[in-house]
Amino acid sequence: MPGLKQRGLELYGWFEQRLGLGTPIIEMAEHEVPENTSSWWYVFGSAATVLLVLQVMTGVLLALVYETSASHAWNSLQFLDHSVKLGWFLRAVHGWGSDFMIAVVLVHMAQVFLFGAYKFPRELTWIIGVGLLLLTLGMAFTGQVLRFDQDAYWGLGIGASIVSRVPIIGGWLVDMMLGGPIIAGPTLTRFFALHVFVIPGTLLAMVGLHVWMVLRLGINDWPMPGRVVRKSTYVREYDELTKKTGIPFVPDAAWKDAIFAAAIMLSVIACALIFGPFGPTGQPDPTIIQTAPKPDFAFLWIYAVLAYLPPSLETPVLFIAPVLGIGAMLLLPLIGGEGEKHWSRRPVAVLMLAVIAVTLGVFTRLGTYTPWSPIMEAWTSDPIPVAYLHNRTPLERQGAIVLQNKQCRNCHSVGGAGGLRGPALDAIASRMTEDQIIRQVLQGGGNMPAYGNALNPSETTALVRFLATLRGNDLSPAIDASRHLADSSETPATPLTEH
Amino acid sequence: MDPMEQNSQGEQPVRAEPDSVRSAKHSRRAFLFKLSLAVNGAVGAVLAVPIIGYLLGPAMKKGSSYNSWISLGSLSDFPEGETRLVNYRNPVTTSWDGQTGDIPCWVRRVSGTTFQVFAINCAHLGCPVRWFAQSKLFLCPCHGGAYYADGARASGPPERGLFEYEHKVSGDTLMISAGKMPTLANQARVDTPLTQIDGTDATKRLMALERPEPRCGSCQG
Ligand code: FES
Repeated sequence: MPGLKQRGLELYGWFEQRLGLGTPIIEMAEHEVPENTSSWWYVFGSAATVLLVLQVMTGVLLALVYETSASHAWNSLQFLDHSVKLGWFLRAVHGWGSDFMIAVVLVHMAQVFLFGAYKFPRELTWIIGVGLLLLTLGMAFTGQVLRFDQDAYWGLGIGASIVSRVPIIGGWLVDMMLGGPIIAGPTLTRFFALHVFVIPGTLLAMVGLHVWMVLRLGINDWPMPGRVVRKSTYVREYDELTKKTGIPFVPDAAWKDAIFAAAIMLSVIACALIFGPFGPTGQPDPTIIQTAPKPDFAFLWIYAVLAYLPPSLETPVLFIAPVLGIGAMLLLPLIGGEGEKHWSRRPVAVLMLAVIAVTLGVFTRLGTYTPWSPIMEAWTSDPIPVAYLHNRTPLERQGAIVLQNKQCRNCHSVGGAGGLRGPALDAIASRMTEDQIIRQVLQGGGNMPAYGNALNPSETTALVRFLATLRGNDLSPAIDASRHLADSSETPATPLTEH
Repeated sequence: MDPMEQNSQGEQPVRAEPDSVRSAKHSRRAFLFKLSLAVNGAVGAVLAVPIIGYLLGPAMKKGSSYNSWISLGSLSDFPEGETRLVNYRNPVTTSWDGQTGDIPCWVRRVSGTTFQVFAINCAHLGCPVRWFAQSKLFLCPCHGGAYYADGARASGPPERGLFEYEHKVSGDTLMISAGKMPTLANQARVDTPLTQIDGTDATKRLMALERPEPRCGSCQG
């Protein structure tokens, strides 16, 4: 086969003479990097790039079938899932690829932060990286809209409601976002344009810049305690290190990137095969209001934060927090561009990273089971545990029916079933006296609406009687201490409820 | 190496021009280049006007121009004292809007011709609120906002009561002015609801007396 090899080389030479790209690319691939950068910690950036390529490819394939119209988008996804051969698999890969991409980008960012890689001369690489993170999240949000199901519809409603709170230009921004007076056809098409043209175009261009700068400035050397970054000496030190310990990036360092990228791709494929595509959930029909909209995984933490913020703080936090957060990320390398890189010398940075990671994790976890949301069907679907009806008087049992009928269970759990919005009622009588329960039920307070208008006196009596029997594992009932003092001179205090 | 080198006619001698001529030519060309930049800038500006106009189109319409009076049905559809879900077709739609052009709203007939028509969208972040006749509350599935029968805020994250449509009774039909999705930007006024249930106000004032620990420390009533 020497003839064939010769032929191949000639063909390459023909193209190379005209394109002239081969030599610089080979040089680039083989450029020397410090030996200590060949690490399993340095594989996330390349994995994110590989995932981006996967997303572009699967995205184009999905666009072969997807229909960008409000009346048909949802149907075209059903068609993809059920009628197009392997359509479901491509949707699944695109969906899981997006989740993996966000995760890998975040891990990459955390690693770069922890290793001080954003310091001189790589400040701009970090700043562009922040842009890449935002664009990746932008892709995730717009992609979720293109799914155009119930969650997407109400998610757009949430987006519009947030935007509407911007002072002065809020209404204008809502119109720009929706493309019309309501969430409808023009809304979907503009999110399509964003998801398919605007954001990916910007993303690819910025990835190009990002990679170009990595090549130009060299991969961040492994941080050592005491090896301090100074603008005056860093470049010389880095060059010396490269000269002394340099290894060609391809293949000596790149094999780890390649293996990790393959592992990530396999994970995406495995998740796609095992868990399948995301949704679509119900059709985007606003008249179907039996729904509890929820954002995709990457935005669950925002959803949780919005539920927990006190109302008065919400608008300021919504608009000031992102500005501060993004501003801090952008300014980080400009302010902390010199100094120690090693994590053992940067305790504040490590602590910050830990706090941010735990906070995001906790809020995301909360977002997966939304304890703040009432469970709208609990009142008809979750029965009162039989044990709670044992040895109760007819009036108390009547109270259990009131509890059920008045939708109390939507927010309060009994026997572990029901909403988590309000406190569980299993041991309510050991914490509140009958008087306190009456007042709470009738007047509301805390997070509870007043039921004064929804209960007649006999219903109230029955309900409170029943609640007064709920004392957990026969804890002693709550006692009004002041009543005890006032009464003690006259009659001995008796428990308010008989068991 | 350079492929073009082989094609160039090496035979022809290249005339060398005097430096003065070359610099004069250069300054003329540099000027022409700058001029071309200016021309392109002007063309860009001319082109930008329609592009920006096109982009901003949806936002340039007056909010009220979307709204028009539409019928929700005859009065007999709405029993007194009840709150019902009614769907209407938005007066402004495109033919490819599909189901998204159908908008639900809650109609409450207080008595006679006294009505309240509430938007489906929670005043917090726009999720669809659901009416529970037994407990006389609107509950929001998203973050647990609750409203009383008259739309007044009861508890949870919303800062105000439900959005209300302008409505009128003409002859035997109930009409509302609809067209635009209600948000805080176009319904920012906190209207006192037209009708107050007796006692709601008083109970609200008493609310702060006793606070059993809420499930989340930060969400307050
Ligand atoms: S959207 Fe209704 S409570 Fe948040």
